[in-house]
Amino acid sequence: MSSVAWLVPGAPAVLAAVALLLGRRLPGGPAVVSLLGTLTATVVAIGLLPSALAHPARTVVHSYVYTPTGGVALHVGTSVNGLSAVLAVMVCLVSLLVQVYSIGYLHGDRRLPSYFAWVSLFTAAMLLVVVASDLLELYVGWEVMGICSYLLVGHYRESRGAGVAAIKAFLVTRLGDVAFLFGIFALGTAAHSFAIADVTRVSGLPHGTVVAGTLLLLGGVVGKSAQFPLQTWLPDAMAGPTPVSALIHAATMVAAGVFVVARLYPDFAASPVTMTVLALSAVVTMLLSALAALVQDDLKRVLAWSTVSQLAYMTAGLAVGGYQPALFHLLNHAAFKALLFLAAGAVLHAVGTNLMSEMGGLWRRMPLTFVTFCVGALALAGVPPFSGAFSKDTILDAARRVASGDHAATGVSSWLGVTVYAAGLVTVVLTALYTTRMVARTFLGPRHDDAALDDTSWAMAAPLVILALPSAGLGVLALHRFLPTWLPSPVAGTFGVDVAWAPLLLTLALVAVSVVAVLLLVRAKPDRDPALLLRPPVRLALAAGLGVDAAYRSFVVRPVMGLARLVLAVDTDVVDGTVNASGRTARWAGGVVKLTQSGNVQAYATLMLLGVVVLAIAVAVP
Amino acid sequence: MHLVYPLVVASLLFGIGVYGVLARRNVVLVLMSVELMLNAVNLNLVAFDAWWRDAALHSGQVFSLFVIVIAAAELGVGLAIVLSVFRHRSTVDIDRIDQLSDREPTPGARR
Repeated sequence: MSSVAWLVPGAPAVLAAVALLLGRRLPGGPAVVSLLGTLTATVVAIGLLPSALAHPARTVVHSYVYTPTGGVALHVGTSVNGLSAVLAVMVCLVSLLVQVYSIGYLHGDRRLPSYFAWVSLFTAAMLLVVVASDLLELYVGWEVMGICSYLLVGHYRESRGAGVAAIKAFLVTRLGDVAFLFGIFALGTAAHSFAIADVTRVSGLPHGTVVAGTLLLLGGVVGKSAQFPLQTWLPDAMAGPTPVSALIHAATMVAAGVFVVARLYPDFAASPVTMTVLALSAVVTMLLSALAALVQDDLKRVLAWSTVSQLAYMTAGLAVGGYQPALFHLLNHAAFKALLFLAAGAVLHAVGTNLMSEMGGLWRRMPLTFVTFCVGALALAGVPPFSGAFSKDTILDAARRVASGDHAATGVSSWLGVTVYAAGLVTVVLTALYTTRMVARTFLGPRHDDAALDDTSWAMAAPLVILALPSAGLGVLALHRFLPTWLPSPVAGTFGVDVAWAPLLLTLALVAVSVVAVLLLVRAKPDRDPALLLRPPVRLALAAGLGVDAAYRSFVVRPVMGLARLVLAVDTDVVDGTVNASGRTARWAGGVVKLTQSGNVQAYATLMLLGVVVLAIAVAVP
Repeated sequence: MHLVYPLVVASLLFGIGVYGVLARRNVVLVLMSVELMLNAVNLNLVAFDAWWRDAALHSGQVFSLFVIVIAAAELGVGLAIVLSVFRHRSTVDIDRIDQLSDREPTPGARR
């Protein structure tokens, strides 16, 4: 079965091209073509599961193309183990549901063929990252995702915001990708192979190279997974259609960064420096983005900042040696964040605005959306038995054990464990606060207008219901059944997913207090945004993401624009100037010579005579 | 007869012809000046023919006959052109026939 693993990224990629070129002519339109591709990938990915999960630690590699390059050889093929099989199924399922949902959400859109083609290609690229056997092959998928995110975020390209957001998403992630590519080169040249199996055989690599390589790779991870300091693109990427946001936030793109760290975990774990940097970045990210989520008025931006914050949990988990907890959270997050985005999309679709201040009281009008959104919100806030509670808690537990002196497999020191644990606990509170506020502002409280609202169509409702099941139950199920055996850590000594009940009770208490506090606030003054309790300067600073964007504007964008203007000036004044000056000189010289061209035959004859005289003298006087 | 007399006369004639070609404004007179130059050459040819005593071929005289014939033909063509120019422009002033100059046409000038 694993010999057809190439179909997993291959089928959606091919059918993406078909959807783009023939989408309008085929029966059923581009959606059917694109769904067919993802469905094929899903079937193959599920088919891969049994054999992969029988021996999840074993990586089955099929190299289809071997390209001798003269230097380090390039293998193109697939490698399947427990991690990639489980993630491939997750990506396929989320993408499938997002596409079904898109049929309802984008009904009547003018650019459906390109939309479904890019979604399909996006899925294919993520699947290529997941099953790639070679780092350069992985990089191809990585970059294709970048361009697909650009195309999809800019789907509503008539609006200026979407275009700008698309360019920002592309450029910011691209910034990290440059470092990522050089990280691949560093590891690949040291290992004399780009095959992941060779690169992760860390004992054969010099320690300095591993540190440098993983630090460079971290650039790409931080960019794609929207971690500090490259987190700014993700909230702006909300300009795209909501299903695209669900796809980017749940299954593709942002998950790719976490996946790459997990895939190359032997390398990352061998470099405590890299893991310390990753943990510090995660700590800053989770606090900053949770604070930013607290005060947003745009429903999708709350969700975007919460994604950034949840991804920081995963990277922090990986950094402190919690391999399984981080991947556990990745799976849970994929389910509940896709659910939240799709439910939010249903709300936006019905209400016609993103702003929570114009919503309120929707629970009576859209009961199905309300219930499913609540399931997602409970999972996000971390209320057991919903999925997010356990994965978040196991990550915090890993950090707590490092803090209390247990040796971390990644070699980070215990003070880092303390930092991550403290930040994690604060973020738990913040997450509960903004999640409750989001639900209350959107669905509870008074309704501002009485326009009739329909709950969603079947195409949009079915994915919500299907996603609500894993959002609610995946946590318990994974904890007790498959997770410990399906996703074994490639590094010895990492923390598992055992729930420690006493710390869980602490986080639970924090969550409960926060949720109840917000609910009481809203109940006391239903019309008033709880975020207004913060003083305006604080609130505005948080809403702007604590000025990271402004810092980029003054320290990166302005200098770059200045440099661009300088280059432009050199081009127009020096290069064009030279060309124009040569033209002017030629014209002037022509004008001088033109003076003899008088049209007067006698003048010509006189000059001719003069010439004859000169020649005669020249001949006669030797 | 010494060779210098015909040569001096020929040079004078040629000089007058050159002056006429370069300085006269009337096209007909320019053509006449060209004839003067040709005839100066003819005189030279005949004079040298006599001086060389080229009894066998008299190439100088033959040559001058050719020149006279061709000059006549050329004058016929030339005068025809002058007539045509005059019909189109009502002038035979060579200073005003400068349409081939690379200048902006002066406003109001007759084309």
